[in-house]
Amino acid sequence: MNPNKKRLRRSMMFLNCQKPGLIKDPYIYSPDSIMLDLEDAVAEREKDAARYSLYHALQEIDYRGVERVVRINGLDTDLWLEDVRCSVAGGCDAIRIPKTETADDVKKVEAAVAAAEEEFGREQGSTLIMAALESAKGVMNAYEICTSSERLFGIALSGGDYTKDLQTTISGTGVELMGARQHMIIAARAAGVQCFDTVYTNLNDMEGFRHDVETIHTMGFDGKSIINPRQIPIVHEIFTPTQKDIIFAEKVVHEIDTKKAQGIGVFTVDGKMIDIAFYDGAKRTLALAKASGVYKGEI
Amino acid sequence: MINAVGREIPDEILKATGKEPFQGNNYKNGVPFRRMAPIIHPVMDNQHSKLVASIREALEKCHAHSGMTVSFHHHFREGDLIVNMVMKEIHDMGLKNITLAATSLGKAHDALVPMIEDGTITRIEASGVRGKIGEAISNGKLQGLAIMRSHGGRVRSLVTGETKVDIAFIGAPTSDDYGNLRGIGGKTNCGVLSYSHVDGDCAEYVVAITDCLVPFPNFPAHISMTKVDYVCVVDAIGIPEKIATGAAKPTTDQRKLMMAEYCTQVVVNTPYFKDGFSYQTGVGGASIASTISLTKIMQERGVKMGFGVGGLTKPMCDLLDMGLVRVLMDTQAFDLDAVSNVIDPKHHRITAGAYANPFNKGAFVNKLDYVILASLEVDVHFNCNVVVGSDGVITGAQGGHPDTAQGAKCTIVICPLLQGRIPAICTNVTTVTTPGESVDIVVTDYGVAVNPNRHDLLEALKKADCVPLKTIEELRDIAYSIVGEPEPVEFEDRIVGIIEARDGTIMDVVRQVKQTEE
Amino acid sequence: MEISKAAVAGTLESSDCMVTVEPGSGTVELDLESAVMRQFGKQIRKVILETLERLDVTNAKVTVVDKGALDCTIKARVECAVYRSNDVKDKLPWGGAIR
Repeated sequence: MNPNKKRLRRSMMFLNCQKPGLIKDPYIYSPDSIMLDLEDAVAEREKDAARYSLYHALQEIDYRGVERVVRINGLDTDLWLEDVRCSVAGGCDAIRIPKTETADDVKKVEAAVAAAEEEFGREQGSTLIMAALESAKGVMNAYEICTSSERLFGIALSGGDYTKDLQTTISGTGVELMGARQHMIIAARAAGVQCFDTVYTNLNDMEGFRHDVETIHTMGFDGKSIINPRQIPIVHEIFTPTQKDIIFAEKVVHEIDTKKAQGIGVFTVDGKMIDIAFYDGAKRTLALAKASGVYKGEI
Repeated sequence: MINAVGREIPDEILKATGKEPFQGNNYKNGVPFRRMAPIIHPVMDNQHSKLVASIREALEKCHAHSGMTVSFHHHFREGDLIVNMVMKEIHDMGLKNITLAATSLGKAHDALVPMIEDGTITRIEASGVRGKIGEAISNGKLQGLAIMRSHGGRVRSLVTGETKVDIAFIGAPTSDDYGNLRGIGGKTNCGVLSYSHVDGDCAEYVVAITDCLVPFPNFPAHISMTKVDYVCVVDAIGIPEKIATGAAKPTTDQRKLMMAEYCTQVVVNTPYFKDGFSYQTGVGGASIASTISLTKIMQERGVKMGFGVGGLTKPMCDLLDMGLVRVLMDTQAFDLDAVSNVIDPKHHRITAGAYANPFNKGAFVNKLDYVILASLEVDVHFNCNVVVGSDGVITGAQGGHPDTAQGAKCTIVICPLLQGRIPAICTNVTTVTTPGESVDIVVTDYGVAVNPNRHDLLEALKKADCVPLKTIEELRDIAYSIVGEPEPVEFEDRIVGIIEARDGTIMDVVRQVKQTEE
Repeated sequence: MEISKAAVAGTLESSDCMVTVEPGSGTVELDLESAVMRQFGKQIRKVILETLERLDVTNAKVTVVDKGALDCTIKARVECAVYRSNDVKDKLPWGGAIR
């Protein structure tokens, strides 16, 4: 398995490939991933221009460990195949497929990616894939999409198009997204892949954004698509375990390890009843803390 | 001769100006001098009127002549109408060889370029020059030298008599018929008249120009009638919306917010951040954002500021309103909130001399704990350049940069690592305005560098683990790795300007730029 | 590649550059204007000429107005203008003539 499949992806920031000022140093904001966009952000007549910019950015800009995902144009266009060639030749880390509706969509892109890896001498399997679900059909097929390819690391909700398809609009309350969010996170977990939430477009409402992130964090999402670097610190704050969480998780892991050796199954930590069921969760908290750079311990 | 910041100061310029090369910040400390005493034309006759009908009449009564020095203040910033109005009259009188000694010049004064070309203006002394005049000087159009000096350095130059002002013109938002002047109360307000005090003290003639004549006495006067020879009423002294705008909206640019956050973290994690600390900051987006984030931490920790000083903005006045600062000391108002806040009894007007003159028996800047500054360039020796663009063209002003940087116990310079393709952190600045010995910490979007001479600050920040620390060389290397190493700009031999240190020695020279081929 | 007709790529925004290619009169003729000419003029010229050489463009009038673009952007805009002039949009030689 590609070791990057499970990497930390709390914040995935969209950037228009056609804007040199945007793509030259987004790493200073420390997003976990950037999503270099060839699709909606790029005007129709600049689709070609964006690819040259993308190729040289991937080749020549040191993104300092930030994951470089490319959002290609939809499979219903005559652009996506060349998008894949350019992205893979440039050495991107992953491709984001927009408007994914079926497992076949993923398989089509997977084949193009494999062919491009062959053509440009990149290691087979080195380019990952994520799928954006933007329609009711896509959401209904979430599980088959999640299990469609070994390269697929996760699925993302794209709220704008999805709510249009539902014949409603983004309300700010999240009510209209509830079903899709719930369904997608369940499907992703069942398939063992990651799940990401849609963008929050009102940059003047940072409190609303914070509430939105808290909601999807509680629901179990791995991260969120973002459109402005100002949103990054809030996402990271909410997704990064607090010192209190970390200390508790350390205790839980330590206690379970010791008590197991002593044959004790249920006990208390800081007044809370703990048993083996807490073990994986505590381990995950510590792994997340470590990946977020706030935990330097050994467990 | 090589000076203390490693700059070659040619003997010819030392000879021509009678100046010494810069020899370190405290070279003139305690060295006695005699203050210049100006010629005074006393007014005893109670029938004497100071009112004149026109600028022309004022010039004639003050015996305007070719070769004289005239002075102006820049409290009206980019909305100033006074300099152009007076210089046009001088030009129309056919006077030549004038030294223009303004506290600063900007784009508002682009119209003076033809007067430089025709020899009306042959010398310029100012904090700095933005706009077309800067280009004209850098292209060798000015016959004599441009001398760029800090706000404190300018006061020194007048009180020592190095600059002898024949006629000072003071644009005043309000005046009575006897020359009591205030920065408020009129239709074109600038809040304070700090820069002009020294002109009132040292010029032979002082002419007040106002667009709002008020009944005598205009009190409390910011500049007293005892200093003023004539009063001239004109239609407009400035364009209000270009003088003081509404407070700048807090920035939403994450890059600036990040730098502001680093800056605030630096302040609150260094030893001077305790109850009663003193602070000055600027008007840039990051500076304002950092004052706002600092305010939050002051509230959380119950730390109050003793005094805030300098050019003031809304966030500083807000501190006063919230009771988080004991007093504000004001030399310049940057927005309408600062202008209207001048009437607060804890908001004190101070002169540019009290603020920053190095030849006082001490100035306010010496009592600063923190100053937050910007810079066009900072080099690996921590020298700053705030006057000359990286392309070699004069484009900025010293302002109070060297004064506050030397005075403050902790001098923080904020600048983004790159301005487009131009690296702000470089091997050698184009021109030195503030010596590295004055600069303690540089905050960029790529990390924070501490001057290695300040072990104490470095240790404090390492311990706090609050900002990404880098060496200044690392920052430079990152910049060059992204944009490439810039070629050194080519200059002609001719020296067109001098960057004067606070104490009157020469920090650096500015040469004429070479024309590019294309 | 031939420059058979005029084509433009890029913008005049900060950190970008605008490249125009037109049929030449036997050689490559480069007209460069840059916001950072004094510091980076030689480097920019070199990047443009090398990029044209890789694309085998030997006969063109090339006009570049640079607003502080990085080398990677300059290359991208030159390539885009040249391929546009030839109406080529697919099966591009990534990693070959484009690199």
